[in-house]
Amino acid sequence: MTFNKEFIEKLKSLIDQWERDKIELGYRDRLDRFTTDSGIKVKTVYTPLDIADSDYFEKIGLPGVYPFTRGIHYNMYRGKIWTMREFSGFGSPEDTNKRLKYLVEHGETGLSIAFDHPTLIGLDPDNPLAAGEVGVTGVSVATIEDMDLLFKDIDMGKITTNMTINPPAPVMLSFYVAVARSRGVSDDRIGGTVQNDQLKEFIAQKTWVFPPRSALKIGIDVIEWSVKNLPKWNPISISGYHIYEAGATAVQELAFTLADGIEYVRAMINRGYSVDDFAPRLSFFFVSGINVFEHIAKFRAARRMWAKIMKEWFGARKKRSMWLRFHTQTSGVELRAIEPYNNIIRITLQAIAAVLGGTQSLHTNAFDEALALPTEFSAKLALRTQQIIAYESGLADTVDPLGGSYYIEWLTDKIEEEAWKIIDRVESMGGMLNAIENGYPQREITESAYKKQKEIEEMKKIVVGVNAFKGELLEEEVKIPLFEVNEEQIRKHQIDKLKRFKSSRDGIKVKRVLAELERAAMRGENIMPYVYNAAVSKATLEEIMNSLKSVYGEWSEPILY
Amino acid sequence: MSSNSLEIVGAPGLKRRAKILVAKIGLDGHDRGAKVIARALKEYGFEVVYIGIRQTPEMIAKAAVQEDVDIIGISIHSGAHMVLIPELIEHLKRLNAEDIKVIVGGIIPWEDAQRLKSMGVSEVFTPDTPIEVIVEKINKLLAGKNVEQK
Repeated sequence: MTFNKEFIEKLKSLIDQWERDKIELGYRDRLDRFTTDSGIKVKTVYTPLDIADSDYFEKIGLPGVYPFTRGIHYNMYRGKIWTMREFSGFGSPEDTNKRLKYLVEHGETGLSIAFDHPTLIGLDPDNPLAAGEVGVTGVSVATIEDMDLLFKDIDMGKITTNMTINPPAPVMLSFYVAVARSRGVSDDRIGGTVQNDQLKEFIAQKTWVFPPRSALKIGIDVIEWSVKNLPKWNPISISGYHIYEAGATAVQELAFTLADGIEYVRAMINRGYSVDDFAPRLSFFFVSGINVFEHIAKFRAARRMWAKIMKEWFGARKKRSMWLRFHTQTSGVELRAIEPYNNIIRITLQAIAAVLGGTQSLHTNAFDEALALPTEFSAKLALRTQQIIAYESGLADTVDPLGGSYYIEWLTDKIEEEAWKIIDRVESMGGMLNAIENGYPQREITESAYKKQKEIEEMKKIVVGVNAFKGELLEEEVKIPLFEVNEEQIRKHQIDKLKRFKSSRDGIKVKRVLAELERAAMRGENIMPYVYNAAVSKATLEEIMNSLKSVYGEWSEPILY
Repeated sequence: MSSNSLEIVGAPGLKRRAKILVAKIGLDGHDRGAKVIARALKEYGFEVVYIGIRQTPEMIAKAAVQEDVDIIGISIHSGAHMVLIPELIEHLKRLNAEDIKVIVGGIIPWEDAQRLKSMGVSEVFTPDTPIEVIVEKINKLLAGKNVEQK
């Protein structure tokens, strides 16, 4: 920031004197070194000197204006509170439908679907590998009929839906769009997000199916088709969340996510699109961690960096192309199984960081999620946490309230600087696809995960009730009421339904549309119209995925640890 | 099967290194814990084989016999433990490899942990268990075998 010379000199001498006084008066720090969770060294106090070189207009500016450090909208939450979008799913579509309506009744403003593991990797519930996993950590959706049941009595033209699904993204998006259309919802009213971030599957999350290059191709097909057909749909949510949860630091999360984003932009440009044709539809997904200031600074840096990448690297002209719009989820790995009620406080702090960081939508975890899926009670409490922050705390009343804080601005600059170094490294490898094939992000994340665990074991990082302040546990802290699913019953229900579904359809037509899909994939065409056609012709998730596997093959992961 | 492994020890009376197979069972890809544990056990001096994610009970049992391990460490976060772990135990029985001890870590509710133990699982570790504690329990399981404890 621009300060006049006289001011700087005066401040310098004041700080010199203060440093001497501090030592003379015997002030000693309780630690040798204070750092953020990413390992950035934190000083005793920050002053205008720490941001003296930073140009206010270039780096900070005002909300709604390039480089959007302070937020993408002029008035942020004064205009509209972030979307409260709780990630939910378990059992059959009928079970999850009830939970979705329950959350909406209590004030949730967007939906977010968690699919079970078989669905995430494209297996139908009757696949032997699905045994034990149907409806357990998410909802089982294998057919267009399941999708219809999932959204029974929900207005798909009004509420927006996020679907956390990756390799089967083309299939799930087809199911969703087909159901919405069948209810008379016009394409320009179908709003929401399909995660479809294929690259991060190899770095984290690990629900990969196809090899990286084919996975990227499929992901780009989804983006291309959506941009043409669904003006309000976000065809990708470029995700750092899983990268952080797999062990990355906040800086690594930021850098790898933007590097993934760059790869997607290049892939679309390579298909002949100009950046402003599709960039406004790209969306992001980050974690919000307990290290409050670091995450706030990360969100601010993310916006500034993406705006710069879009404008300066790719020549975007539309403001919307430069916006980094993002969903946030509070960190799950930072929750603890020991003394689980403490998690309520952790989630609150994480959520505050997301709001002060200017998120567009937010999921707050439930306090019992280190143990099981949330109960109705804990899910409601998680939603209430957001509502209290939004409507009682005053945190949402002014835009970027920490903007201008010497520490926050310094930390935003620092995180940006560190993240650019990692992005440069990825660029020097020829982009993220190559970096992934070289195992670079995977190794870096594994290394960080191990380091974090060591810090806890060596007491360098305090986790209350876990490695410090431990005591006798009370019975009510150990035996808390947990959510249970009857997997056998759900699996049976889903398999019975699937059988009925298959017997009700025109089998010859299904074979024909799947063969058409395979041929289109072989020719290298965009697969989406063919996947859509298969979905409405009542092919199942696994059938469509098998057709794609027959063309693209399957990934087998190199073991790194 | 570890009766076999005793025979491959070099000089008689010399203890060999204990061998542990680490695997993710079922479909979930949350491999952070498995990798951290695999590496930590290796640093403690155990011989560790990590076989990665999406392993079926049968694949794990076979790999354990083939690799001639003393202990199988299973990591699971999918909630499918009550189905998959008993299947693993069953496969080990079928392969006459019941002397391979099974330990499990992950998101396992307290009641389930008790049930798994009654089915033959040696130890169940919930999140936040210090590695020291895991190593201590492993050493107990290895007592009586002709292997080094750490």
